[in-house]
Amino acid sequence: MLNKTFNKIYDTDIGYSFFNSKIAMISSAVLFIIFLCSIFAGVVSPYNPFDPASVSLMDAFTPPSWSEGGSPSFILGTDQQGRDMFSTIIYGSRISLIVGFASILFAMILGVFLGVTAGYIGGRYEIIVMRVTDVQLTIPSILMALLVNGIAKSVISQSMHSEMAIYVLIFAIGISEWPQFARVSRASTLVEKNKEYVSASRIIGLSNVLIMFKHILPNILRPLLVIATIGLALAIITESTLSFLGVGVPPTTPSLGTLIRFGNSFLFSGEWWITFFPAIFLIVLALSINLLGDWMRDALNPKLKKR
Amino acid sequence: MDERRLKSKIKKEMSFLEVKNLNISYPTRKETIVASKNVEFTLERGEILGIVGESGSGKSTIANAIINLIDPPGEITGGSIKIDNNELRDNEELIQNIRGKKIGFVFQDPQTSLNPLFKIKDQLIETIQTHLDLDYQDALKRSIQLLEEVGIDNAEKRIEDYPHQFSGGMRQRVVIALAISCEPDLIIADEPTTALDVSIQYQILELLKDLTKKRNLGVIIITHDMGVIAETTNKVIVMRYGVIVEQGDTKELLTNPKSTEARSLVISVPPTNKKIDRFKLISPEGKEITSDSKSLTKNIIKTWGVRENTNQKLLELTGVTKIFDDKSIASNFSFGLKNDTADKVVKAVDNVSFELFEGETLGLVGESGSGKSTIAKIITGLVRPTNGEIFYNNLSLYNSKRKYQIDKSRGQVQMIFQDPYSSLNPRFKVRDIISEPIRLFQKNISSSELTKNLYDLIDIVGMSRQSLDRYPHEFSGGQRQRISIARALATRPRLLICDEPTSALDVSIQAQVLNLLKDIQDELHLAMLFISHDLPVIRQMCNRIVVLKNGIVCETKESEELFNNPEHPYTQELIRLMPKIESII
Repeated sequence: MLNKTFNKIYDTDIGYSFFNSKIAMISSAVLFIIFLCSIFAGVVSPYNPFDPASVSLMDAFTPPSWSEGGSPSFILGTDQQGRDMFSTIIYGSRISLIVGFASILFAMILGVFLGVTAGYIGGRYEIIVMRVTDVQLTIPSILMALLVNGIAKSVISQSMHSEMAIYVLIFAIGISEWPQFARVSRASTLVEKNKEYVSASRIIGLSNVLIMFKHILPNILRPLLVIATIGLALAIITESTLSFLGVGVPPTTPSLGTLIRFGNSFLFSGEWWITFFPAIFLIVLALSINLLGDWMRDALNPKLKKR
Repeated sequence: MDERRLKSKIKKEMSFLEVKNLNISYPTRKETIVASKNVEFTLERGEILGIVGESGSGKSTIANAIINLIDPPGEITGGSIKIDNNELRDNEELIQNIRGKKIGFVFQDPQTSLNPLFKIKDQLIETIQTHLDLDYQDALKRSIQLLEEVGIDNAEKRIEDYPHQFSGGMRQRVVIALAISCEPDLIIADEPTTALDVSIQYQILELLKDLTKKRNLGVIIITHDMGVIAETTNKVIVMRYGVIVEQGDTKELLTNPKSTEARSLVISVPPTNKKIDRFKLISPEGKEITSDSKSLTKNIIKTWGVRENTNQKLLELTGVTKIFDDKSIASNFSFGLKNDTADKVVKAVDNVSFELFEGETLGLVGESGSGKSTIAKIITGLVRPTNGEIFYNNLSLYNSKRKYQIDKSRGQVQMIFQDPYSSLNPRFKVRDIISEPIRLFQKNISSSELTKNLYDLIDIVGMSRQSLDRYPHEFSGGQRQRISIARALATRPRLLICDEPTSALDVSIQAQVLNLLKDIQDELHLAMLFISHDLPVIRQMCNRIVVLKNGIVCETKESEELFNNPEHPYTQELIRLMPKIESII
């Protein structure tokens, strides 16, 4: 049964390309493990770093278990508050991934909606949307996110702020990423729009909304999937950068970027592990996503297809 | 063929081009596709050889093998190719020398076979200097001579132009000039006129014939058009699945084809000199059959109810004009600043009027740019007319603001498109493609009734019911066109617009699809607007014909009357120049 499904997947072009690309297989295996760990963080990690009861300041600055003074109960050591590094990284990656996925989803929905409608409707609407996109693209995404964050901070009351921080972050990253999606989906829509199946649908009398989102959208998903994957890595890095700068998620629920920031101040006093392990983890995560995205771009592009 | 080989052996003479036992295969992941198997033929100087066959039969592969331009992973796995007794196979050094010098190549699409960034002059001189030992001035002189030879007026001046400044036919002439620039002995022309209009096709073929005689060249023409074969070639090869099924003298083969494939190719060609009721087809067993879908159309009558042919006027166009101007595009960039290009105006359709009655097929015929397709788009509301009125059933299809009133013709006007590969949504199953219009017009249809409707439609177009659960890419071009027809019929239309429905199909498939359209019309009394550039097809399909040129109606006449007594000089020219398979028989 399992063998049969595997054969079926292997038979498709994309499946064949996947199982013949070491990079794709390794990176997706890494991602699979990371995703599983962060979804089941409560089961996988030995401690709950967010639970004050489980943290003891006595354990602070314990080095990794294999080095001198290390304790076998803290594999990767502890930070300045005595939290287990391994657990904090897993919980931190959960936050990073939630922010990454949510912000890309937000950017994709906004960008694809504007792009498809601009491409299909055309005229003045298209010009306005595309000029806004151009302007948006001139602002670096970090700057944009900082701007949104700053505005949000002044609008939202202090007490609400730590609760709302994650949503502000998602909005900030999403708003800086949507122009990519808008551009690609507009260009693809322009191509699809002139195909005869769209004319046929118009002649049958389907509404424009149906034509755009039932007929055209599924046909332009491939390139969008590719930029979404690469965008995901970008979003995770942006999140970490913002958290590193101290404008991201609050310290009580640290993400990878926050952990790196904490550890950074101890780097020169010898407690290298506090910043080193989250950073390595972030690099592996972003690299895996990027490599998978690269493979996907080649595999989904019929022009680059080899035999 | 055997006789000929024997003869040449006796004379101890080698033919100019000898292809022996040629095998080419394309290994892919799942299987190895044999693109040609044991292909053998010869060609003498001064001879034109035609290679015909349906798409995928391996015609182009042979041409590419001769100049060693087979795309990887394809490879020649056996056999030999000799020119003047020199082996070309696997002899890259010799091929480099010969390609472009001894062998000239003419490709199908003149739009892409010239480099748009270089002047004609540079492209010609570059080729000449690569192969011949001439200095720049001599090469230039020679280039001008060549352009004159292929019939380009004012060659001295035009040689300074870029490819985009030439029309399609002129560009193909330039390509031919390039092909003959280094005194080749062999010209290979792969569908040289497929992208061109009838009158230009005639000129190009005449030019090729002329050059063959004057320069004593060997020419290989690859085409799917039996008319071209009949009018130009001396010898012909019929191919199927990479195998030569028949070869011989053109006249002999066309009048008395022996193999099933050759008979099928010859018999499915629409005759140019008479109107026939249905196209004859050859079954795979080699039997002659005529239409096969008649019994199936009865089913749909049961669900639709019998339709009476009332002969009433269904569609009327009066003074329809469509002007494409650059203003709308230019203003997007110039933000209202006036510039010169903003005033360029193209009249795609100019004051066109005609009527269409129930049960009748009206033909719209014209060359590219004549506005045929624009008219279809105006009737179906895809393009707004600049001027004029369109009445469907005496109701105006456009309101005073020139907005299309789809309610007036709701579902009753449907269209079948040219390109079977883009006219079906690749992400939809056939079931969903056909049921979408049904659901739109019968909102509360029960699923059992929907299935019944689907079965009726898929039956009428002669496809199996299992095909409903497949995706479009699993079907061939002809089958996809059948699915398109089923989709068009799903809304129970009264007017069917067919925009070049068969020009992307092979002849035998074309015959099947045209028979199907005729059957459907007989049973359902549909009015049809049949758009084509192909005069023989138009003659077989239509009761009346409108001839268009540059958006203007030249003449409108009963079909037989038009072909027997064309009045307008343009119509006369079109009819005179169309390639006729009968010319040789």
